[in-house]
Amino acid sequence: MDCEGQKLAEQLMQIMLLSFAVIAIGAGYITASFQTMILTYAGGVVLTTLVTLPNWPFFNHHPLKWLDPSEAEKHPKPQPSVNVTAKKKFTSI
Amino acid sequence: MHSFGYRANALFTFAVTILGFMCAIASFTDSFNSPSPSVQVQVLKVNWFQKQPNGNDEVSMTLNISADLQTLFTWNTKQVFVFLAAEYVTPKHVLNQISLWDAIIQEKEHSKFTITTSNKYRFIDQGSNLRGKEFNFTLHWHVMPKTGKMLADKLVMPGYRLPAEYR
Repeated sequence: MDCEGQKLAEQLMQIMLLSFAVIAIGAGYITASFQTMILTYAGGVVLTTLVTLPNWPFFNHHPLKWLDPSEAEKHPKPQPSVNVTAKKKFTSI
Repeated sequence: MHSFGYRANALFTFAVTILGFMCAIASFTDSFNSPSPSVQVQVLKVNWFQKQPNGNDEVSMTLNISADLQTLFTWNTKQVFVFLAAEYVTPKHVLNQISLWDAIIQEKEHSKFTITTSNKYRFIDQGSNLRGKEFNFTLHWHVMPKTGKMLADKLVMPGYRLPAEYR
């Protein structure tokens, strides 16, 4: 899951749970049945789990672009030897 | 870094917190309910009225209790516990209360009832004060919710009197 996907998953989870809570309270109050409220909400939690927990492809629409290996060889890492001698010089004083 | 476990934890915590708020809201809706129960009690017969060997009066009676408690029930009610008490004054104690009968009502339909019964629990005085005694019948009820605070209230029915002599 990429960065954009993580944000989407979190938002989706919060919105879905809150919506199902409101729907559940409404359904329970209208039918005067506490059990209806609890069952509606439980169904909502299960649905939210199925949508937001697994690593679905639509969460990966903005993948990070890692550098190609052949491209990396053209730009070698800088050598550390210059820094070491500079440090040594300083401490001798 | 985001992982499956992180999402699972966040979802579960949020879901349970919301469930707590839902129960609080359900309990709050009870405050919109204004109950209006009605009760009538008749003493059909005084079965017997004796003084026990230890000096305490005891009376047994057959009661006809007729009540309509349907307005106490809401969608958030688990059960209603109701009991009938006799209350009277004696020289030694300002208030004497004796529970004579009780019931647990779990369905709204069952809370409108008429029952003829002798007292379920013994009506025994502390002493010998019951001859000719004036007393009240008080119906107490406790409404136990599915979530939230229990509500207790009562209805006083004055004007009953025990026989003047033992029988």
